[in-house]
Amino acid sequence: MRALESILVEKGYVDPAALDALVEMYETKIGPHNGARVVARAWTDPDYRARLLADATPAIAELDIGGRGGEHMVVVENTAEVHNLVVCTLCSCYPWPVLGLPPVWYKAPPYRARAVIDPRGVLAEFGLTLPGSTRIAVWDSTAETRYMVLPRRPAGTEGWDEARLAALVTRDAMIGTGLARAPGGASA
Amino acid sequence: MSAGEPGPFAAPWEAQVFALVVALRDAGLFTWSEWAEALGRVIHPGGDDAAPADYGAWIAALEELLAARGIAPPDGLAARRDAWLRAAAATPHGQPIRLENDPLGPG
Repeated sequence: MRALESILVEKGYVDPAALDALVEMYETKIGPHNGARVVARAWTDPDYRARLLADATPAIAELDIGGRGGEHMVVVENTAEVHNLVVCTLCSCYPWPVLGLPPVWYKAPPYRARAVIDPRGVLAEFGLTLPGSTRIAVWDSTAETRYMVLPRRPAGTEGWDEARLAALVTRDAMIGTGLARAPGGASA
Repeated sequence: MSAGEPGPFAAPWEAQVFALVVALRDAGLFTWSEWAEALGRVIHPGGDDAAPADYGAWIAALEELLAARGIAPPDGLAARRDAWLRAAAATPHGQPIRLENDPLGPG
């Protein structure tokens, strides 16, 4: 790494200060809390939810969230009938602006290969068992199109404000390998 | 973020390679589609699905892309890598390793 980086710095392709700034941004500012804000807004504002599902990129930008890896976002909504699951079968395409960088398991061959052929088995390994009547839709992210799941709003959260709701929205809920947390704290 | 969640990088070198790829893409050296194709080639060398898309794969994909564009040819990169290793060996423990410490370097 040091060899490659020193060559690129010498040739003027990269600026070491810019590299440090990038690392700091992804370590501290960009993460699933951004996506949680989007979900909480969609739960509380039906017009926003409609805009988000119709054309996610500008709807996410309304909350001042955007940038690399989020150029074309698609948000898919969980319902009683359909549960959505996101994968990148090729490599590790992931919606950085809303979720940060992907967890190790997202990049690993077992998840990439099995999410498509055995999504129910994969979900079971995450401790998530869905009713047989719930259909599972798998979305394959690419460099051009990156998906995020809009989880279902947990029961018992009527009247909650966005900040409280956002705290229930986990990264896995927005990938589809989990659900939003129940108000009591346990996973719904 | 949930408590106990590890940070995005397991080691400093992972953060370094990530930032390099982002900065070079921002500089227009490749598009995200070209990046995903290069990473995909590294992960699926024989078409089978055997390798994780981890930051080790990112390094291999980046080296391949930069070699193909003539920006960091493999021989130049190997020479630089050797220079860093010599510099590391010549640097007393506890001091920062600098390329200038390479005993065979230009000084």
